[in-house]
Order: sequence, then structure tokens, then C-alpha cells
Amino acid sequence: MTLTDLANPSRFLALAGRILPWLIAATVLVLAIGLYQSATAPDDYQQGATVKIMFIHVPNAWLSMFVWGVMSVAALGTLVWRHPLADVAQKAAAPIGAAFTFLALVTGSLWGRPMWGTYWEWDARLTSVLILFLMYLGLMALWRAVDDPSRAARAAAVLTLVGAINIPIIKFSVDWWNTLHQPASVFRMGGSTLDRAFLIPLLVMAVGFTLLFLTLHIAAMRNEILRRRVRTLQMLQAGKPRTSA
Amino acid sequence: MIALAALIRRDIRVALRVGGGALIGVLFFLTVVVLMPFAVGPDLALLKKLGPAILWLGALLASLLTLDRLFVADHEDGSLDVILTSRTPLELACAAKALAHWLATGLPLVVATPVLGLLLNLDGAATGAVALTLLAGTPALTFTGMIGAALAVTLRRGGLLLAVLVLPLSIPVLIFGVAASQAAIAGPLPFGTPFSILCALSLASLVIGPFAAAASLRHGLD
Repeated sequence: MTLTDLANPSRFLALAGRILPWLIAATVLVLAIGLYQSATAPDDYQQGATVKIMFIHVPNAWLSMFVWGVMSVAALGTLVWRHPLADVAQKAAAPIGAAFTFLALVTGSLWGRPMWGTYWEWDARLTSVLILFLMYLGLMALWRAVDDPSRAARAAAVLTLVGAINIPIIKFSVDWWNTLHQPASVFRMGGSTLDRAFLIPLLVMAVGFTLLFLTLHIAAMRNEILRRRVRTLQMLQAGKPRTSA
Repeated sequence: MIALAALIRRDIRVALRVGGGALIGVLFFLTVVVLMPFAVGPDLALLKKLGPAILWLGALLASLLTLDRLFVADHEDGSLDVILTSRTPLELACAAKALAHWLATGLPLVVATPVLGLLLNLDGAATGAVALTLLAGTPALTFTGMIGAALAVTLRRGGLLLAVLVLPLSIPVLIFGVAASQAAIAGPLPFGTPFSILCALSLASLVIGPFAAAASLRHGLD
């Protein structure tokens, strides 16, 4: 089934209905395994048990950037290929990405208090993730500011692509400015420096969170299509002449 | 080419005559700079330390608040439709409008900087550094702000949403502008490093801004 077949919203709804139970099961399974591995991981020699916030904080942070990437691809789908469901995908992903970013900021802040002695620090990575969060919120506001969803889609698509420039800046900011946040230790040249006992649960949790995003995204797309159908029905109903009582 | 020159001339003329004239942006800049000592306290040493940051914030806000009428005014009287249907590429027309806006609004801010530097107890070298970074950075502010201004045409209540959309894009310019100023005044960093990144940001926005603004206008206006 190609992407063009999925352009039909009804067919997409049918597919989503079939896939969703399996996705939910897979998400629950992988997250359960990941949480068990995180709970049984050894304590860090310096941080003690607090290191386990990492297993929630880092996947949230990775996903906050991944979701903007997904939205950028959807934005290209809207502007370049005029795929009918691309704007639905884009609109549905924005609140989910904002939630992941918010959770990354909050879990990081809670981790920072015992580790660094402060809830917040204006270093490069924290600041750029905060700006990413503001951009998610601005994008969500833009979607709601225009009544017609398809016009809003094109404006939001342009804003998404312009915002995509911010993502590499976040990734490499920790290399460019030597600051309080720990430098990259997983995705770097020369391989990961994280010990196997921590790396495996982290990657499992990352996969689990990605499945969680996929599940939420497809469910949200389904909701958005149904919402637009309700809106059309309401407009048709409003246009009908009233029969006398 | 002639059409673009005519567009630039028209925009400059309109900016200089309408809505308080050319100096309204400078007046707002002055107001912001004057407000700062009321908030921060009149301690001259502190104002000297904060000087570049205050000047940059004032310039950013002055640029932002004059930008939202960039396309909306044309949309209201119909000239935007004429620009859209003309033979010049929309990207070049957007670039021309942004250039005119910078000449009429951004450049006066740079010229006003030495006077305002006196108010903030900045010495000659510091003021010169801030003015130079503003000269390099205000094009970036104008051209990235133009993206928000083009998006504002599709909204019915532009205003604050425009500011929310544009500010994250202006933050790198602000960071490097202030960093370059501080580097020239005190810092261990050489002035050239953040200054060249600032110039790079301006040059990149010269390209990205018109394309993004043209795309917003084209797609959002039917």
C-alpha cells in the first residue's frame, strides 16, 4: 500500500483502526521491558540511583527533536507534493511534540536539582530546548488562529520548515559551547562512551517512546480527520434552511 | 529590475511619510533605552555593563513592532495583489520590500546608537562596537521578521502571534550581536568570531527570508 493509496482519508481510517491495537500492544510491551531494565540497572558510582531519571529524560529529549523532523517531512508533503493527509499529520504531531519537549524540560529540571544544585541554568542546550518548546507552542497557536484548516496548513508548513533549522543547533550546541550540560556521549564520533548496563535500557526506552509517539500520532490523525468531518457536517447543517416548527 | 527599484522607492517614501514618519522607530528605540534605567536603577557602572544588551533589545523590539504592517498595509489597499500578479518573482519583491524597510527603519536605529550609548555611559569604543554589530545584525532581524509579517497577512488578528513566531528566529542574532559587542569591550573572545557568525546569519536570512515569505504569501492568500 503506497503513500498515494493512503491519501484517501477513509482508507487511512480503516488502516488506522486495524493497526492501532497492535501498536498499542507493542508500545506497552517495549515500555514495560524498558522500565524493568531501568529499574534493575546498577546505580551510578557518582550519582547513585538518581541516574535513572536519564532513562526517561533522554528519550523525551530525543523524541522532541524527532517529532519536529516528522513535522518537517509532513510540511514538505503539504507544500511540495500536496499530499492530502500531510497537513493532518502535521497538525496532529504538534501537541505530542510539545508534550515530549515539556517532559524533557521538567524531568531534566528535576534531575538538575540534586545533580547541579539548580532547577534551571541558562546554558546552550537548555535554552535551545526551551526555544524549541516556544516554537511548538507558537505553531499550535498558528494552527488555531486561522479558521480554514487547509489555509492554516500551508502557513504552518512554512513555519515548520523554517524552525527545522533550530534542530541541528540544539544537537551540536553542546559541542560548540562548553557548558554545564554533559557533552554528547551516545551519538558521537568514536562510538558511545556509555556503559553497556546503561546503554541497553536507554535504547529500549527510546524505542518504546518512539512506538508511543507512533501510536499517539496515528490516533491523533484519526481524531483530526473525524474532527474535520464534524466541522463540515456542522457547516452543512448551518446552511440548511430551517423548517417551520 | 526597474520594477524592483520602483518598489523600493515607493516603500521608502511611504515609510518616511506615513504613520509618524521615519523617526518613529528611533523614537521607540529611545523610549526603551530611557525606560531601562527606571527599571534597573541609575547606577552608571551597571548601565555600562548592560549597555550593549539594552541597545540590542531596543533595536530588536523597534524592528519587530514596525514589521507587522509590512505586508498587511499592502494587503488592505490591494497593492499586494498587484505585486503577486506582476511579472517580477515574488521572492525578489519580498526582498525588495525588506530592503526598503531596513533602509527606512533599521539604518536610522544604527545612526541613533551613538547618542543612546551616551545615555548608557558607554565609551567610544563600546558604542562603535555596538553600532557595527547592529549594522550587521539589523538586516537579519528585518529579513527573518519578514517571514512573520508574511504569515501575519493570513491571520486576522496578527499582532502578538507575529511576535511569538518571529522571536525564536531572532534569538541567535541577539545572542551573537551582544556577544560580539561584549567581546569588543572586555571579553577574552576575539571580536571577529561572533561577528562573522552574525554576518553569516544576516547573509543566510537574506536568502531564506524572501523564499519563506513568498511561500507564505502565495499559499496563504487564496
